[in-house]
Amino acid sequence: MNAVPMTYFLVLSTILFFAGIYGFITRRNLLAMLISLELILNSTDINFAVFNRFLYPEHMEGMFFSLFSIAISAAETAVAVAIIIHVFRHLKHIEAQKLNQLTDLKK
Amino acid sequence: MLNPCFILLVPLLPLLSFVLLSAFGRRLPKQWAGYLGGALMAVAAVLACATAWTYFALPLNEYGARVAVDVLSWEWMRFSPQLSIRLGFYIDALSAMMWVVVTVVSLMVHIYSLGYMHGEAGFARYFSFLGLFTFSMLGLVVAPNIFQTYIFWELVGVSSYLLIGFYYKKPQAVSASKKAFIVTRFADLGFLLGILILSYFTGTFDFETLCGGATAVGDASACGDASAAAACATGVGGALYAPALQASFLGLSALSWATLLIFMGCAGKSALFPLHIWLPDAMEGPTPVSALIHAATMVVAGVFLLARLFPIYALLTPGVLEVVAVVAAITALYAAVVACVQTDIKRVLAFSTISQIGFMTAALGVSGFGGHAGEGYTAALFHLFTHAFFKALLFLCAGAVIHAVHSNEMKDMGGLRRHLPVTHLCFLVGCLAIAGIPPFSGFFSKDGILSAAFAFSPYMGALLTGVAGATAFYMFRLYSRIFLGSYGGTATAHGTGTAHADATSHSAAAQTQPHADTHTAPHEAPAVMTLPLIFLSALSLLSGFIPFGDFLSSDGCALHAPLQPMVAVGSVLVALVGIGLALYAYKNGQPRKGLQRWAEHDNAFVRAAQNRFYIDRVYLFITHRLIFQGLSTALAWFDTRVIDGVLYALGRRTEKIAHKIRVIQSGQLQTYALATLLGALGLVLLVLCL
Repeated sequence: MNAVPMTYFLVLSTILFFAGIYGFITRRNLLAMLISLELILNSTDINFAVFNRFLYPEHMEGMFFSLFSIAISAAETAVAVAIIIHVFRHLKHIEAQKLNQLTDLKK
Repeated sequence: MLNPCFILLVPLLPLLSFVLLSAFGRRLPKQWAGYLGGALMAVAAVLACATAWTYFALPLNEYGARVAVDVLSWEWMRFSPQLSIRLGFYIDALSAMMWVVVTVVSLMVHIYSLGYMHGEAGFARYFSFLGLFTFSMLGLVVAPNIFQTYIFWELVGVSSYLLIGFYYKKPQAVSASKKAFIVTRFADLGFLLGILILSYFTGTFDFETLCGGATAVGDASACGDASAAAACATGVGGALYAPALQASFLGLSALSWATLLIFMGCAGKSALFPLHIWLPDAMEGPTPVSALIHAATMVVAGVFLLARLFPIYALLTPGVLEVVAVVAAITALYAAVVACVQTDIKRVLAFSTISQIGFMTAALGVSGFGGHAGEGYTAALFHLFTHAFFKALLFLCAGAVIHAVHSNEMKDMGGLRRHLPVTHLCFLVGCLAIAGIPPFSGFFSKDGILSAAFAFSPYMGALLTGVAGATAFYMFRLYSRIFLGSYGGTATAHGTGTAHADATSHSAAAQTQPHADTHTAPHEAPAVMTLPLIFLSALSLLSGFIPFGDFLSSDGCALHAPLQPMVAVGSVLVALVGIGLALYAYKNGQPRKGLQRWAEHDNAFVRAAQNRFYIDRVYLFITHRLIFQGLSTALAWFDTRVIDGVLYALGRRTEKIAHKIRVIQSGQLQTYALATLLGALGLVLLVLCL
């Protein structure tokens, strides 16, 4: 049962988290940024599940919370993708840094 | 009994005229603004005369003195339980007399202006300002305390400013109005300081308390000097003035400083040397305004205030009163000399006014308090009374002359006797009155002044008699150059002569009568202008017979000062010599050849007099060279370079920094995310390190 120690899970989630952060900051494509965001969310879901499983096995709140979070991220992704599609239809691109039509700071 | 309702209406009707005419004046049909203002003024004049009549019919108190009546007094501001400012109507002999003078002259000027200002642009504005002025002057003279006096003092200053600058398109008029305002304001600085010192030490603004206290001290100090008496005097007076007499600054007591500074305010308003410089320039205003404000009423406000505070001057600070006398005598002499060489008729009259006010003030200065010693006081106010009528008359006549020939310069006149018979006669009456020829009013008042001056010191009496002779000389020089000789003989220069003062506006107003019509004979003014002249002539002729001492004296008791034959004969002789000299030197309206050569032949004294003894240059030197160039330039440099410089540098640096950090606010989501991340990491590191 305790073949895999808790630290391994936490290391995995940390790697996922920073991979997501890295992707979110460096990628120019809105879709890629969205995917990076999903990585971050997944890493937190893992943390919820892991802490629940290892620290408070008699409770189930952490598990439910990660399910909840997955559901919300699915909804959020649907909305985000809809927006991105709309942006693409209007501007023919989804480059995050070029979406500055509303500011006066043109590069 | 005095009717408070009437009393209230007297100043309020001119105020109503001001308000109505400023609000609706332009919409009234042509002359109606003048009719409205004149009608309100007429009612006010009748009420003022009725008030004076009732007041003088009131019974005297047990000492046979007139008592002041305080009507409709209303507390306006209370600074402390002891010190408060009241507004109200303080009716005594002085203010009742002033009310009559102000309303009568103002009414005459209103009527006269209907003709004089006919068709002028700003007709309604003119009458509304006249209303404002009359209101302020009436409020000034009935003030029960020195603070109300100060308020209305400034109000008359403002209305004088507005009326001098009435022709606001003329640069000379604008600068003259500014000059008048600034000079009097400067003097009022002293006045305000004087008020503050006086009220700080005595704890009251009220004339009644102040003068009552002074007379109490005066009674106590019948023998011995004032400060010792004040220290030991029991009762109100001693307690009131003890602190002011004991406190001293630069060797003078605080009370002396207060009275001296108040006198500075008086000197500014009454155009006493060396603060007289604004009055000749004030002649840029319309002539009826000069008659009302700059001859009859406003300029005597200083004399009025000195008379109001007279017990303090006479009983507590006799030294200051001597200063007053000396300054006034210098003024009278200086202005009389300058008036002899002026060529602009209004300026002659302006200097004559300065000289006559010097006369009045000198009479106050040489006067004592109470009984026969107070003859100078009565004479000063008598002269104020008669002078108001004959000087207003002279100015209004000058206005009629200017109206006829469209020029202020003597050289454009001469021989107007036949063309303007009514004006000529009225002017002659005015000249005889001011010269002091019996039975004209000026004789009686001037005689009182001279005998008071002789009683003070023979030098003062001789000086003032000499000035009286000079007065007769310059007035008849003026008379001769305007009315004698033949018209047109000198008028060649008329067409080319520079249009001056009123002449400009008049020629502009009277389009039907072109400026250069030298061949058309000048015509008499309309009846609406001559009637006030005739009325004022009658007053100038008759007002001398009023037994003035019965009504007004320093202590309120009737004063019967008989004519002193020596003084009277002397002054009449001197006046006759002056008249004779003038008529000889300016026979037929032209200066005699020899005189002209003497005057033009590089005579330093005459040249200095023509330039008013360079007093204006001295002022220009002080203001422009010393203050503007010396002090103000340095201060301006400090202000623009140092104070403004620091602020500008601060502003510019802020802007630069803002431009630099503006880039951060790029709107780029990823940059923000990176910043957030780095910030969070920084915080974590911080927590870890600590």
